[in-house]
Amino acid sequence: MATSLRGLQEKEPAFFDKLGQTVVHEGELHRHSVYTRFLHWGYGICFFLALFTGFATYLPFLFRWFAPAFGGPANTRMLHPYFGLGFVFFFGLQAINWWGPMKWTDADSRWIRNLPQFLHSAESLEPEDVGMYNGGQKLQFWEIVIGSIVYLITGIIMWAGARTFGGMLVAISYILHDISALIMLFGIFFHLYQATFGQPGTIQAMTKGTVSEAWAWTHAPAWFRQMTGRDPRQALEQERQRRIARERAIEQLSRGVGPPGGGKS
Amino acid sequence: MAERRTLQTEQISGHPGPVPGKGTQRDLEVCKLIDTTTCIGCKACEVACVEWNDMPFQPTMFDNTYQTMPETNWNYWNLIKFREHQREDGTLMWLMRKDQCMHCADPGCLDACPADGAIVKYANGIVDFQQENCIGCEFCVSGCPFNIPKFNPATKKVYKCTLCSDRVGQGLEPACIKACPTGCLHFGTKEDMKELAEKRARQLRDVSGFKDAGVYDPEGVGGTHVIYVLHDAEHPELYAGLPKNPSVSFAYKAWKSIFKPLGLIGATLGFVGVVFHYVFEGPKREQPEVPPRKPEAPAGRKGA
Repeated sequence: MATSLRGLQEKEPAFFDKLGQTVVHEGELHRHSVYTRFLHWGYGICFFLALFTGFATYLPFLFRWFAPAFGGPANTRMLHPYFGLGFVFFFGLQAINWWGPMKWTDADSRWIRNLPQFLHSAESLEPEDVGMYNGGQKLQFWEIVIGSIVYLITGIIMWAGARTFGGMLVAISYILHDISALIMLFGIFFHLYQATFGQPGTIQAMTKGTVSEAWAWTHAPAWFRQMTGRDPRQALEQERQRRIARERAIEQLSRGVGPPGGGKS
Repeated sequence: MAERRTLQTEQISGHPGPVPGKGTQRDLEVCKLIDTTTCIGCKACEVACVEWNDMPFQPTMFDNTYQTMPETNWNYWNLIKFREHQREDGTLMWLMRKDQCMHCADPGCLDACPADGAIVKYANGIVDFQQENCIGCEFCVSGCPFNIPKFNPATKKVYKCTLCSDRVGQGLEPACIKACPTGCLHFGTKEDMKELAEKRARQLRDVSGFKDAGVYDPEGVGGTHVIYVLHDAEHPELYAGLPKNPSVSFAYKAWKSIFKPLGLIGATLGFVGVVFHYVFEGPKREQPEVPPRKPEAPAGRKGA
């Protein structure tokens, strides 16, 4: 049933259908197309290459040990802008790809106001109006959009250097470039955490392209409703009842057979 | 300076009267004085620089002046810049300025450099690049108010005049000083050179009719260890763009002392934050959560 459903508003060039595939198993929903995943890992790899080359250049006294992997400090410095361009290229395509689903809504403003509750893991369920992306994800997306523009402009100024743009502009660019990088790094820690340890079952959206239905009604209820047409809270309740029924059935079954180990003694 | 006096004679046996040289202080800071008013543009200093530093010469560019090349280069640290200047009475004069690193007391290149140990300033005032630590980021190029550091694309390192720190360390004068035939170049302590320069400027003002003659030792970079005597100290820009008030952008100091540490701490807080969240709040699991396995009820034994 779910195979026919796609991630919302994500356009996928036909070429990428041949490049990879998305298998949606029973009890799963299709979340990210091959194209989206390709772009994500494209700029993901570029981000970390740019991060490591950047840190080796920016703070050699702490991070000079990154440089040998890139062919020494001078090569590291030379490669950094190319990784940066790669990041902006892939993320630029992703920004076009996600422009629609990332539009800010009232639900997102409410989500941001509810951030303290979100941080408490005791209540895992997201509010019912949270769609494909929650307010935090959208905030990070737009931060990276703005950050990438700052990166690109200040990066080009620094690349061309003082000869073209004058010392003052270059000096300011260093500061803006670094602040932009560090804000993004700050956010990436949360991104990595939420995708792996923080919300188990999330990273498969970017590897396999699918998430479980349980993930969807827990973390993106409105998107679950859109994808399946079912009410997320009801679906959760049904699952809960189903599990209870299953427990009871097992219990009854085991009672019928007799107490475990009874035959031995 | 006490450490400089370790081999100074303190007492002499059988010597009547005061000990010669006892208690003399030596000025550590060296300085090169360039008297542009007596420079004849012979370029002997350029040749001496290339020879002493053993730099390969490359084809150059003619730009309709007497200059060897338009700008100093990574392998050409010392260049006389020629400017034809029309005076108020319509007559022409040559302004010839030997362009090289100024060895600022407050070096902009050093402020901008992120690499550990790539730029050092010695106690004698010489600012020296250590190419083995240079990462070729060219930040020094943007930090320098005099446009001196030059990038070599082949080695990906930046080079500039060393004020012949190797020669000075051995008690010799820089190569350009040794080659100068007119005596327009002088080398000595900062104090002595300053005095000599002021004397020459006074002479130019009082005797030679250059009313605006003066010494160029800009305050904006804390003074320099290469100073000029100019015919017209009010307009140093006439000498091929010598900046009137060179300064090091505060942005560099702010960058290194404020934004770098604060930003790094801020970004690290992100990591600390997620670790704390995992430890104290734990992950958000899909609902309904699979309950933890109950300890096995001893039902079997009860039944037995």
